[in-house]
Amino acid sequence: MKLRNGLPLLGGFLGALAAGSTWADYRWNFPDPATPLAADTLHVHNLFMLIITVIFVAVFAIMAYSMFVHRKSRGHEPATFTGPRSRVQWLWALVPFAILLFIDYIIFGIPAYHAVLTDADSRNGAQMVVKVTGLQWKWQYEYPEEGIKFVSAMSTPREQINNQAPKGENYLLEVDNPLVIPVGKKIRFITTSTDVIHSWWVPAFGVKRDAVPGFLREFWVRVDRPGVYRGQCAELCGKDHAFMPVVVHAVPEAEYLQWVGAQKTAMTAQADSAGREWTQAELMEKGKAVYEANCASCHQPGGEGIPGAFPALAGNKMMKAPALDPAGRLVRGGHLDRVMNGAPNTAMTAYKDVLNDAEIAAVVTYERNALGNKTGDLVQPAQVKALRGSKT
Amino acid sequence: MSEPATPLAVANRRLAYKLGGVAVLALGFGFALAPLYDVFCQLTGINGKVEQFNLPPSQMKVDRSRSVQVRFLSQPMPGMPIEFHPSQSSLSIHPGDIILARYWVRNPTDTPLAGNAVPSISPGAANAYFKKIDCFCFREQTLAPGEERELAVTFWVDSALPKSITDITLSYAFYGAVKKS
Amino acid sequence: MSHDTPHDALPTGMKRWLYTTNHKDIGTMYLVFALIMLLTGGAMILAVRAELFQPGLQLMQPDLFNQLITLHGLVMVFGAAMPAATGLANWMLPMMLGAPDMALPRLNNWSFWILPPAALLLVTPFILGLAGVGTGAVDTGWTMYAPLSIQTGWGMDFAIFSVHMLGASSILASINVIVTILNMRAPGMTLMKMPMFAWGFLMTATLLIIIMPVLAGGVTMVLMDRHFGTHFFNAAGGGDPVLWEHIFWFMGHPEVYVLLLPIAGAIPHVLSAFARKPIYGYKAQVYSLWAITFLSVVVWAHHMFTSGMSVGGQLYFMYSTMLISLPLAVLFFCWIATLWRGAMSFEAPMLFALGFVTLFGWGGLTGLVLADAAADAQYHNAYFLVAHFHYALYPTTVMGVMAAVYFWLPKWTGHMYNERLAKVHFWVAFVGMNLTFLPQFFVGLAGMPRRIPDYALQFAEFNMLSSVGSLILGVSHLIFIYVVIQCVRGGAKAESRAWEGANGLEWTLSSPPPYHSFDVQPVVR
Repeated sequence: MKLRNGLPLLGGFLGALAAGSTWADYRWNFPDPATPLAADTLHVHNLFMLIITVIFVAVFAIMAYSMFVHRKSRGHEPATFTGPRSRVQWLWALVPFAILLFIDYIIFGIPAYHAVLTDADSRNGAQMVVKVTGLQWKWQYEYPEEGIKFVSAMSTPREQINNQAPKGENYLLEVDNPLVIPVGKKIRFITTSTDVIHSWWVPAFGVKRDAVPGFLREFWVRVDRPGVYRGQCAELCGKDHAFMPVVVHAVPEAEYLQWVGAQKTAMTAQADSAGREWTQAELMEKGKAVYEANCASCHQPGGEGIPGAFPALAGNKMMKAPALDPAGRLVRGGHLDRVMNGAPNTAMTAYKDVLNDAEIAAVVTYERNALGNKTGDLVQPAQVKALRGSKT
Repeated sequence: MSEPATPLAVANRRLAYKLGGVAVLALGFGFALAPLYDVFCQLTGINGKVEQFNLPPSQMKVDRSRSVQVRFLSQPMPGMPIEFHPSQSSLSIHPGDIILARYWVRNPTDTPLAGNAVPSISPGAANAYFKKIDCFCFREQTLAPGEERELAVTFWVDSALPKSITDITLSYAFYGAVKKS
Repeated sequence: MSHDTPHDALPTGMKRWLYTTNHKDIGTMYLVFALIMLLTGGAMILAVRAELFQPGLQLMQPDLFNQLITLHGLVMVFGAAMPAATGLANWMLPMMLGAPDMALPRLNNWSFWILPPAALLLVTPFILGLAGVGTGAVDTGWTMYAPLSIQTGWGMDFAIFSVHMLGASSILASINVIVTILNMRAPGMTLMKMPMFAWGFLMTATLLIIIMPVLAGGVTMVLMDRHFGTHFFNAAGGGDPVLWEHIFWFMGHPEVYVLLLPIAGAIPHVLSAFARKPIYGYKAQVYSLWAITFLSVVVWAHHMFTSGMSVGGQLYFMYSTMLISLPLAVLFFCWIATLWRGAMSFEAPMLFALGFVTLFGWGGLTGLVLADAAADAQYHNAYFLVAHFHYALYPTTVMGVMAAVYFWLPKWTGHMYNERLAKVHFWVAFVGMNLTFLPQFFVGLAGMPRRIPDYALQFAEFNMLSSVGSLILGVSHLIFIYVVIQCVRGGAKAESRAWEGANGLEWTLSSPPPYHSFDVQPVVR
């Protein structure tokens, strides 16, 4: 029988993989662990795979032997037993189950117990906190201590996805604003979501945690070596679930502090630029770029939308209605409100935290004066800045 | 069927009705899972929902031997276009102490906004020890156009909080008002 | 009762099938329906595998992709796997138990005829969507996690009503099976003398009566959240999305065993027949089926380790899940001991049965590593998980059913099938199945999440292999259809006892059996 030859081969193949270290290649096993948790998981995984492969091979070697020897074509006479009859046979029948229980609860059970406790230990001694918010289909990162908050979206161009351009090295696993964290520090991550359930996953960290709308979840990470780590959203969250990568830059402490400084400087610069008066041409130019990057995938490059799924912006009556009231307050349900706050229960995301003041003002100005619309309205960054705001 | 039912047919039908009854009970159980889950969550603190408590009992001593870091986060939800931030990013407290913390909210739109802040606590194991005496999350909040406001929460953390928990995170997801089910 | 229908007065044509209360006719309809659904779900996933053949979006956009994977899951589980098992039960239970027919023949007719409209309801929005009407079919994955299932388009409403009907159908069928087994056995056939297959299906039917109503309640809550302003799954109104996960997996985990148990009951008959040796450890197997049935309803949250759970919860669900390996190991032990020192021959049913034992063995063992709540973070929702459950489900619901079908086909048709082609079918399916799913283990370990229409470049080679494998696997089913049609139309005459080592009441009837299986009940000693 071919089956007889096939099975041990299959088992041996898997056994070789389970050895782990002999197959250091990324594509055959978990990526090289970067955190204690991932190292633990890899260790447990290798052990598990080895054991189950041994069980598999042992059990099916017995079956294969029987299939070869106890055949009618070899003239084997069938036995008639239907269960263990003597004490020795009972013993033989029970031994496999004792072994199984030993493997389950001792060999697997004890390391698993420790791993669960380690995994859950985000409460103690975390040196910093990062809040991760899942949005359809981006991640928002917030450093509460530093007041830094930004959105991280996939930066792979649509042309690569649609096979109109050659695919880059980190195809689908690259973002505009990566998460930056210091190495060697215990970091508590808090996850949540504003729309549907997402799941934040970086394989090299050995963590995956769901982001549940309205609720907090937490986990911890301590990255031991600097590097760029990539992962993806791991819970189906709608249309662009595949295009919601996670990129983490783990850098030495000094470099991290430098990055934090740069972020703060950029925030000040952004606030300054939002303070001045912009010309229509400036707003339109910036607005077009923002539109292509954020809006065109649903509302389409020409603003015609997709009937039944995404509304057309061309000729949309929302564009003709005012975006701000005379007192400079946001018109509820108006154009700017939709852009900043999204539309509930639809795929329209709130861009308030994704785009800065100038970008929001620019894209709204662009949408009101292009894509078949011509209102002549300008929205100034300063007006957007006044809407959100810090405590006065 | 015109013929008289045989005893077997009667027995079959009777058993079928009983089994149908089991299915109906199971359906009831399916719906009962919703309230059961809430009870279960309150007992175990799984999803971080919280309820109103009174002042700490007089015999509870403030545990000055340790402090717990309470971090405050905020999350305005889609459909609630407000500015919403904690006024303090974190507080170091002693279990047993009565604590007042504040949030700040502003309605930047031209329309009145009504909404509810839904609290969530992490880690889930801390939930059972985090007792709110008064909270803006107990009431629906209505904000006039352009209005800004301070919101307060008064709470204490039970001294029985396991020693292994040194950090608690409290977050509010601010939703637009909904009809309660 | 169907006794009073004279044979010569049978309606003909469409009416015969529409009005039939005969267990064989209904069994046939279930099996044909399951086959049509298998091909439908298979065609859907072949389109998906074609898209995944290489990185980039070639054939479809993500929204269509999401509809296809969702429908594949729902169609395969509720349309193919469960009706196939019910079809086997309908055909075989009265014959194996020595009964004239099922206990409630008209209920039987009803429970089948709910299925086709339910299936149509499920796929209608998909077809309409292709034609540009509406937002397409349900696209949330078969798990239908809230709030995505609250947010999505009208396909979800169709799916909800479809699930209601599918649920009603399987509850009615289960009631019928339980009543048949408990009330209609031949005199002298005590429960512990019952064929294993009856035991397997009795356990499945019991589970279904408990879990399907819970799912029906759950999807009704989704419907209410979608349209009637309730907030079962929305934190804003005091609900919680994780509640849906609990409801779904309270159904979803036992569902796996719903699919397994009838096959775990049928396989011993095949193994015993072709080893020419009685079933080993009958009582141990029966008790194991009980244990599996019980354990299956108390371990559901091991599907939810990454959604955040207390340490106590993780430990409980981890250790209780590991416990399931014990009764399953008993079954494997008994299956292999049934073969041991027999006189084996390897006709197609035996090949499929051995294929089931082997591949399901690997599927079960990989499930053991998934039980580790901490390591689960690395496997969950990655392709490793996809590979694991396909190693568990394909061998069960397709190979296991094939083993049973080839085993009883001569009995049903009165003809022997084409043994050579059937063996070709097995080997093509065996190669295709392994080529499809083995690479998915590796691509999952490397970090590829499931349910994505496009993937990073380092996953390319394994995906290509998997796509090639799926095509081979798809072709194997065409061979099967050819063999079955050939067998129905003619072939060597089958004896009453079509297989040398076959035992049981069904083999005392002629091949094909009379319209009413046992007009006079046989007596079992």
